[in-house]
Amino acid sequence: MAPKRQKSPSRKTVKENLTPSPMEKPDHPDDIYPIVLTTATQELFECCIDEDVTEQSPYKLLEKDDIIQDIKTRAAVSDFHPVKQFVLDYPEDEILLVFDVDFTYGQSFYLVLTPEAKARIYNVLQPPQPEIIVLEDDVSKTPEPKPWISLGSELEVDQESVKETREKLCYKFDLKRRPGLPVCFSDRNSTEAECRSVACPSYQDSRFSIKQMQRDCGMQAVPKLQSSTAQTERAVQRNVFTQYEPRELREKEKENILRSEKLKKFVNSVTPRVLHALQQAHIMNVFTDDFKALGIGAEASDQLVMVSEGLKLQWTFTDEKRAMGKKISSVSWHPTIHGLIAVTFTKKQEEQLDKSTVYINSPAFIVFYGFPDQSNPRLLLECPDDIFAFEFCPSNPNVIVGGCRNGKVVLWDISFHIPHLQGTRPNSKKASDSDSDTDTFDLGNKKENKTPVMSYCAVSSIESSHKSPVTDVQWLPKTFEVTRTGVPVQNISNMSVQVVTCSPDCVMFWDLRVPKLQNQFLADREQDVDQKTMMTPYSIPTTFKHLDRTWKPLFRVSLPKIDTSGEYAPLKFSLEHYTCNSNTGRNTDNENDGAEVLPEYSQLRIPSAKTLKTLDDVITKFYVGTEEGEIVYTDWKLEEDEFGRKFSAKPLLCFRTHAWFVNTMQRSPFFKDILLTTGGWNFAIWKEGVMGGPIFVGPSSEQEYSAACWSLSRSAIFFIGRNDGSIEVWNLLLNTSEPTHVHEHVASTRITCIKPCITASKQHYLAVADNLGVLRVFNVPKALRSPVKNEDLNMQIFFDQENDRLKDYLEWEELWAKPRKEEGESKKQVEPDKPVTFQVDSEEADLKEYSDYLKLEESILEHTGL
Amino acid sequence: MAEVEETLKRIQGQKGVQGIIVANSEGIPIKSTLDNSSTVQYAGLIHQLVMKARSTIRDIDPQNDLTFMRVRSKKNEIMIAPDKDFFLIVI
Repeated sequence: MAPKRQKSPSRKTVKENLTPSPMEKPDHPDDIYPIVLTTATQELFECCIDEDVTEQSPYKLLEKDDIIQDIKTRAAVSDFHPVKQFVLDYPEDEILLVFDVDFTYGQSFYLVLTPEAKARIYNVLQPPQPEIIVLEDDVSKTPEPKPWISLGSELEVDQESVKETREKLCYKFDLKRRPGLPVCFSDRNSTEAECRSVACPSYQDSRFSIKQMQRDCGMQAVPKLQSSTAQTERAVQRNVFTQYEPRELREKEKENILRSEKLKKFVNSVTPRVLHALQQAHIMNVFTDDFKALGIGAEASDQLVMVSEGLKLQWTFTDEKRAMGKKISSVSWHPTIHGLIAVTFTKKQEEQLDKSTVYINSPAFIVFYGFPDQSNPRLLLECPDDIFAFEFCPSNPNVIVGGCRNGKVVLWDISFHIPHLQGTRPNSKKASDSDSDTDTFDLGNKKENKTPVMSYCAVSSIESSHKSPVTDVQWLPKTFEVTRTGVPVQNISNMSVQVVTCSPDCVMFWDLRVPKLQNQFLADREQDVDQKTMMTPYSIPTTFKHLDRTWKPLFRVSLPKIDTSGEYAPLKFSLEHYTCNSNTGRNTDNENDGAEVLPEYSQLRIPSAKTLKTLDDVITKFYVGTEEGEIVYTDWKLEEDEFGRKFSAKPLLCFRTHAWFVNTMQRSPFFKDILLTTGGWNFAIWKEGVMGGPIFVGPSSEQEYSAACWSLSRSAIFFIGRNDGSIEVWNLLLNTSEPTHVHEHVASTRITCIKPCITASKQHYLAVADNLGVLRVFNVPKALRSPVKNEDLNMQIFFDQENDRLKDYLEWEELWAKPRKEEGESKKQVEPDKPVTFQVDSEEADLKEYSDYLKLEESILEHTGL
Repeated sequence: MAEVEETLKRIQGQKGVQGIIVANSEGIPIKSTLDNSSTVQYAGLIHQLVMKARSTIRDIDPQNDLTFMRVRSKKNEIMIAPDKDFFLIVI
């Protein structure tokens, strides 16, 4: 009690200190009554501090009856006296007494007066946690251990666990010894046999055996290697050859045999047989091939039926970039490479006039197309200006000569690109094959689709070129060449080195070789030429470097008009391709091999005229077609006048057959002296040597003829292209007054050029070029390409017939010429001059009519009295 | 010998005959109107041909024998008259 007493004043002070903080601990709420319990009371109610009631379990439930009894017994002394009323009123039987350790309500105990508070405090604050603060709500519940659910694992555990099935047996062995007996100790070696430690080794009990049911075994595959060697005997290689010569009998033996009887008999017996056989051979032609004869017969029958199949369009080549707004001026097949065709584009006439003031820089090209690539050209050759005509050199197909719009003559050498042109696209091959630096090649190879462009090698000098566009270019055949005066001489180099060009001002002859006048100037240039320059695709080959810009023609042929002054304006020409026999006999093998090697043109020199043999049988006259539709036959040899100057002779013949430009002059591939010319609205056939005129003139058609070509396989067929884009097929043996067949609108515009070609694979193609820049290649059908039996013979007969007809007509005309002239003079006063141009139209009916008319006039005149 | 010569000349004179060769049974030419190299070539080759043809005929019918052979080609015809000891070639 005493410590309590002591505490209380301090407690009170503590309490007073605590009262300013009302938040945490409410100060003496109504249903809590702090109480002081004496020790005696504590012992009575068994709530002694630190014995029954501790800090951890501060609660004590007191019986209400007990408290009441205490109050009754001790009356005012009882500690519960002040709460007597409350206790009496208390509804329940037990009252909670809480030991207030911290003296929160001022006393060491407090009594909870209402059952609600009691419930609250007592229930909330379950042991073991003593909750002193009453109004704290949050209670942390500790998780209660859940009852264990058996999933059968205890069985397994039981199975696996090792338990003793029985109690361990323990045996104890004991040897009774009587103590006190004498003992004997001795040493013994443990390793000795007899005194080894006694052990109980295991032994195989024979009563039972355990059969091994399973045995682990492992396998390893090991390759069986065996090395062995062998050696073959290498036979020594030796060249062995035998040469034999035929057995021949010696002269003596021969004579002996000849004399023998046997031979006589033999000969006599054999002779009749031989003669018999020879007779047979003589009677009948042994060498006819019956099958062949049959074949032609079948085809001939086809001919009688109208040509049902026409030209089949095989390929169409267009190049939008370069062909825009241009027409194709010239087409040429490559002579050796199959399927390669070259085309030149020129601006159309109308365009040029409009834009003559404005210089449009559209570069001109010769475009090479190859089958079957229809839109990408294989090769492009640069030209200084639009090319009107070009041709491959017949002896060296890598050289091309072309004539420009500005009158210049241009040379190209495409030998560098030949492997590219022959293959499909061997761009990479080109790089690997050549040994030049690879940088420029890589440039070219990167752009796989870029067509190689090649520039021209040489161009003629400006002052000596033509003044007007070059309209026709031809190579002289390799069989002869001409000198400065036009005299044909022998060509020892056996390749075409001379070119003839024509333009509306004159005809020029050019030579590819170095002219001898320039020898001294070229002495220093030779070193440059001899150096082997590296060939890159962008460099210009030096083949014709000696000619570049200084190229002059050998001589010039002008065509003065026959009756009037002035000159003819040649557009196309045709010369006789002379083939001489002497060349063929002499070393043909060498030349054939030599043709493979590219000739070095720069090394060739024009030989002086004196050293070469003049060829007299070359026909130096040639036909020229002019702008006005005349065909002129003239000699290209220059003649000397009285002062020693060279001039061109007057042409021998001139006929005005065509009404307009002569656009084609072509020799027949079968007859060397037959020439086909087209111009204006009709075509004409000429025979060389016939001076009277054309031996045949075709009927005028409504459409203008713009191109023509002979068929290469049939001597009677030729193709004519028209202004409306149609192709007429003429067969002179079938019908001479109209075309056998007309392929309407093969091209959409005027056809500018037709060229046929026979390839190595016996394919016949016809290349048709039109005004829009489109090149079409047609397959010539069988009917038009396989010759009829005896076609050549028949054509020859036809031409001879026509020739005779012409002769007759000319004679007839002569007869009529005189009287007609007289009549014409007399009628001059009456009527205006009748145009006395002798039309070469050999229609006899027309002339008859005319003569009748003249007679009528005569009679009228008589009537009028003149 | 003169007879032989005359007969051969007669054959040679026929129209279309280019040359004649007389050869022995081994194919060695005895007399010929062609140049030596051609003669030797013809004789050797035709000898083989005749042997082959003869054996063919004999195989088919042993009683049979080759009497005359004509080889017609594009350019010319070769007539061969074989015998026991010699053969005559006419081109």
